[in-house]
Amino acid sequence: MRRLADFAAPWALIALLLAVWEGACRAFDVPVYFLAPPSAIAASLRDEWPSLLQAAWYTLSNALIALVLASLIAQALALTVTLSRLLERAVQPITVVLQVTPVIAIAPLVNIWAGTDHPEHALIALATIVAFFPIYSGAVTGLRSADPDLMRLFDLYGATRLQRLLRLRLPSAAPFLLEGHKVAAGLAIVGTVVSEFVAGSGKVQGLAWRILDASFRLQTAKMFAALFVLGVMGVVLYGLLELVERAALRWWRGR
Amino acid sequence: MTLAALTDVEVDYARGRALGPFSLAIQPGETVALVGPSGCGKSTALRLLAGLEAPGRGEVQRTPGLGETAVVFQAPTLAPWLSARANVTLPLELAGVPRREARERADAALARVGLSGAESARPAQLSGGMAMRVSLARALVTEPRLLLLDEPFAALDEITRRALADDVLALWSMLKPAIVFVTHNVEEAVYMAGRVVVMTKGPGRIAADVAVEGPMPRNAGFRTDPAFRATVETVSLALAQGMAA
Repeated sequence: MRRLADFAAPWALIALLLAVWEGACRAFDVPVYFLAPPSAIAASLRDEWPSLLQAAWYTLSNALIALVLASLIAQALALTVTLSRLLERAVQPITVVLQVTPVIAIAPLVNIWAGTDHPEHALIALATIVAFFPIYSGAVTGLRSADPDLMRLFDLYGATRLQRLLRLRLPSAAPFLLEGHKVAAGLAIVGTVVSEFVAGSGKVQGLAWRILDASFRLQTAKMFAALFVLGVMGVVLYGLLELVERAALRWWRGR
Repeated sequence: MTLAALTDVEVDYARGRALGPFSLAIQPGETVALVGPSGCGKSTALRLLAGLEAPGRGEVQRTPGLGETAVVFQAPTLAPWLSARANVTLPLELAGVPRREARERADAALARVGLSGAESARPAQLSGGMAMRVSLARALVTEPRLLLLDEPFAALDEITRRALADDVLALWSMLKPAIVFVTHNVEEAVYMAGRVVVMTKGPGRIAADVAVEGPMPRNAGFRTDPAFRATVETVSLALAQGMAA
């Protein structure tokens, strides 16, 4: 009974808010271009779903490509810098600058470099920059997180650098890498959407463009419908990665 | 012939002198307990004997070659992502022993510590005492000539402690490595060691070097033997004087 209530509570709240929203729109005769009622948004979702789905796939596929690129680059760089303290120091300020600079501020520049023929290159590049940092810092922290007594044991038995890396440091880093990828996946979507906004042309057919295009035409219901799809996409991706992380950690810890 | 020796070693850390001047010679096959107050440098002495650290002054002589020294730490220090067997196999694999032979030797070592059947369990599935036994098996699998134990039972309850003390002595009588172990517990020191070295408060020097009479491994009534009680008193007294000094 209690579990049922726990499960039902958030849905009940959502239903209540939707009902209030719908009722208020009707009672006060709110113009539909100003605030569309939930019924109009649902109708828009029903009518527009093929094009919304296509746009969602455009955004998602670019975000996923960026995530894979960020993962490869971040892990390769983390492995390289753990070979030498000096190298890590040299790389650190650049990675921090990349992390603290808002992606929206560098987007126009990257758009120029990508050119008008391949606007998706700019999306991927920008989302890669945003997704890079959590994976990189997770990898660097993880590679240094090995139990110092286990390190001593490896010293005692004369382990080589490669043995130490493969048999101790990489496995020790696994939980940090999983966490880094989970955070990076959400950021990759944010990065893609932000750079779609900056690109702001019909050549980029993602969800952000749907929102922008609908706003130019004052199609508020369509804007909400695109936002809804974007939200669902984020939640599903996060949930999937959460499941993967939990399963992998259970395997790693052995319970 | 001496197996390992520290001669007038001194170790300084950033916060000050940690050990010394301190001298200790370990003969093959003997069991030595190091007791002393917290911060007297017992663990530092152990790391010097293991060759894991170098002294600021003095000399360290070690005859055991690569893989002939084993250390058991206060925590079991097992890799959580590896099974009990894979944890025990690790030192052999690092030494380049073929996989099949390593596996057989690891299973034999686990059987010696009474863990047959738990080979594929992960550390998280084992109790504290069982995890410590895996750690012991890992130390013994290379058949070391020098076995160093750094407060190995400190985190365990009294019953498990006593059981493991007997296990270590039983293992010692099979392979006869020299054992040096650090402990806070005077009874445990006298029970397990043929020789108890008492250290002063830090920086540690030698307060007393007490020989313990009696059969090895210990027989059932040893803890109630008047000679055992007397040795415990002697060591406790030396410890109290070393703390006051």
